[in-house]
Amino acid sequence: MDVTLRIRRFNPEADSDAHWETYAVEAEPTDRVLDLLHQVKWYQDGTLTFRRSCAHGVCGSDAMLINGRNRLACEFLVKDAGTDISVEPIKGLPVIKDLLVDMDPFWDQYRSVMPYLVNDEVPEDGRERRQSPEDRARYEDTSRCILCAACTTACPVFWTDGAYVGPAAIVNAHRFITDTRDHAHEERLQIMADPDGVWRCRTVFNCVEACPRGIQITRAIMEVTNEISTVGGG
Amino acid sequence: MSLVKTDAAARAAVRTHDLDAVVVGAGGAGLYAALELKQDLGPEARIGVISKLYPTRSHTGAAQGGVCAALANVEEDHWEWHWFDTVKGGDYLVDQDAAEVMCRDAIDTIIKLEHLGLPFDRTPEGLINQRRFGGHTRNYGEGPVRRSCYAADRTGHAILQTLYQQCVRADIAFYDEYQVLDLAMPDGVDGRVSGVIALQLATGEIHSFRARGVLFATGGFGKIFKVTSNAHTLTGDGVAIPWRRGLPLEDMEFFQFHPTGMYKLGFLLSEAMRGEGGILLNDAGERFMERYAPTMKDLASRDVVSRSIYQEVAAGRGIGGGDFVHLDVRHLGAQVLNEKLPDMSGFIRTYFGIEPLTDLVPIQPTAHYAMGGIPTDIDGRVLADEAGRVVPGFYAAGECACVSVHGANRLGTNSLLDILVFGRRAGIAMARELRAAPAVEPDLAAEVAVAQAVSELRGRQDGERAATIRTELQEVMFTKCGVYRTAALLEECRAEVRTLRERARRLVIDDKGCRYNTDLVEALELGFLLDCAEATVESAVARLESRGAHAREDHPERDDENWLKHTFAFRDPDGGDARLAYKLVTVTKFEPKPRVY
Repeated sequence: MDVTLRIRRFNPEADSDAHWETYAVEAEPTDRVLDLLHQVKWYQDGTLTFRRSCAHGVCGSDAMLINGRNRLACEFLVKDAGTDISVEPIKGLPVIKDLLVDMDPFWDQYRSVMPYLVNDEVPEDGRERRQSPEDRARYEDTSRCILCAACTTACPVFWTDGAYVGPAAIVNAHRFITDTRDHAHEERLQIMADPDGVWRCRTVFNCVEACPRGIQITRAIMEVTNEISTVGGG
Repeated sequence: MSLVKTDAAARAAVRTHDLDAVVVGAGGAGLYAALELKQDLGPEARIGVISKLYPTRSHTGAAQGGVCAALANVEEDHWEWHWFDTVKGGDYLVDQDAAEVMCRDAIDTIIKLEHLGLPFDRTPEGLINQRRFGGHTRNYGEGPVRRSCYAADRTGHAILQTLYQQCVRADIAFYDEYQVLDLAMPDGVDGRVSGVIALQLATGEIHSFRARGVLFATGGFGKIFKVTSNAHTLTGDGVAIPWRRGLPLEDMEFFQFHPTGMYKLGFLLSEAMRGEGGILLNDAGERFMERYAPTMKDLASRDVVSRSIYQEVAAGRGIGGGDFVHLDVRHLGAQVLNEKLPDMSGFIRTYFGIEPLTDLVPIQPTAHYAMGGIPTDIDGRVLADEAGRVVPGFYAAGECACVSVHGANRLGTNSLLDILVFGRRAGIAMARELRAAPAVEPDLAAEVAVAQAVSELRGRQDGERAATIRTELQEVMFTKCGVYRTAALLEECRAEVRTLRERARRLVIDDKGCRYNTDLVEALELGFLLDCAEATVESAVARLESRGAHAREDHPERDDENWLKHTFAFRDPDGGDARLAYKLVTVTKFEPKPRVY
């Protein structure tokens, strides 16, 4: 089938402003939007720039605003996207070139929440720490995050104020806050209780809609706020 | 040094970094090595991890089913059984001393990962849970054993995240989005490796990372094939670079085709789907693996199952007479599919638009894993020749390396184990060497040569597109150097790869800019792919037997008399046939026997 692909382009080495370019591509209904971007890049215009790697939704490289919603280009098929497809960079992060944005602010947010297990004690028998399947299940959902930034860059609070830590960072804080093995519980809750932390969420649910992993982000945010209230982290 | 005089400007443009150790690649092997280096050398040590991606994009994250260790958490198991399975799975081309180290170290390594925070699935008692996986048996082949430790069906994702998280905690310096293009080897193959030269994607600048030790953990090169489970970025950069420099590549003819790739798409439906009870069906609805592997059936080794699928297809029993068969997981039930195999079930729904609970899933063998690579010893030290001479300052681990623990066919889950065990060991060994290593001697000629090559490619005005040549390469390799091979096919393949290499000398790119020039990167990656393909086909032409993943229709039997040895291929600098040398397999305990599943 014939597909019209409209791509928001910006190359600061050549363009003064961002603008739309239109490309005609041949596609199968089962093609991914990523396949179409490759068609353009490989056979029409090699300057088209975007990130991608695994091409099946696990590496998190290719979050884009497609037909007005944040998605992974490798997970969105033509049969669902239609024959008139628009692709833009995710919003709220500086555009570097075409669909590729500056991810540094996103990684800084991630790093700010102590996204790692803190526990240097080893059981006396030298074996694994025990954890019940029920306790393990508490962070199952948030441990699935692939750090694609689709949630954070769909959040209107983040758009207006980049100081907000954002849903992805909260998800990764939740993953450790709810892990019974962790020893930095209160310290991490303090970070979450910061004025630019978890309280800034306005429960718009954009993040939940954007998450390609289907993580219940708003629920995770609520669990963190509840934990702060219980423990008194802020 | 004459190069330096000819291009002082290029030299002036190169930015330099002085580090103690450089790790190239930020998957499991690279990250684990970096953690060990930091821990062993102390907080003052300057450790840099360079990756062409953000670390969490690394392909370790795509690994699904699990990582094996004989923890015996759910039933009796012993690391010696795991050792035997690894040797047999590798069709006896495994160096048994190396596999012994891997299977014994596996237990501590997995426990250590749990301590680092890995979210393993748990037994009711709270221990790490374990499940069955292809080729893993109890009591030396009697039947399947539950040995694979897992985090749902995203074990690799959990490993990558956990190691990266701990690297963040350890404040390790990352150089994200740098494409490494050469090794610093100022004295050639007889001297030390003293750094790497890389292209910074954000700026287009050439950077020289000078360091007393370099570890390559750059992953595989599945993109030489048309249908592959591998990411677009798996272009064998780290495998090709030492090959260009005159260092050998080991056992490159052995490339694993995983039986259950998603039809046409190539990416994987985990072996865990069969580990949990999924079966393969032909067009008649027959569970054909019962004929090929009466004991292990659908859980026989991957090479065996992939060949069985090809034979079914060749006999006209593919689905509708086509080139694929069905994976049947309908009987596993909603709970197993949604809780133990959620990502796999999601892939099937997203990409095929079908429901695994009620529909049969079309699958075909897909190019998955390079058993061969940069030869190393059991501590990751790179070997310069078949006699075992070590290249000072140079280490390799993970899929880009060949220890050899996988021999002619890797067992499922052993890749994750390999990156963990040998990434860690390489980090420890490197830290030890660095304490006494001499000061760095830079490779000024290489710095200039890289800058010139990049500038020449960027400036060329006409030629062919990289994508055209890459597509042809992938087709040729898949059809002529794939699951089944013959002398005639391989000779054709060799000739065609050479022609493609010639054509690739005249690549042109559209993007002449500096900032994130991914057009340029793809052209450079094509060069690496061509090198990997060349080493693969050169090694395959010469091996006149069938063993593991290397199946020769014209030499259908394994030949231990003549071929119980590793291939060491050296590139011919003039573009002719590779020079091949051989090294005997280390056999310590398990005498080669016929391989029956």
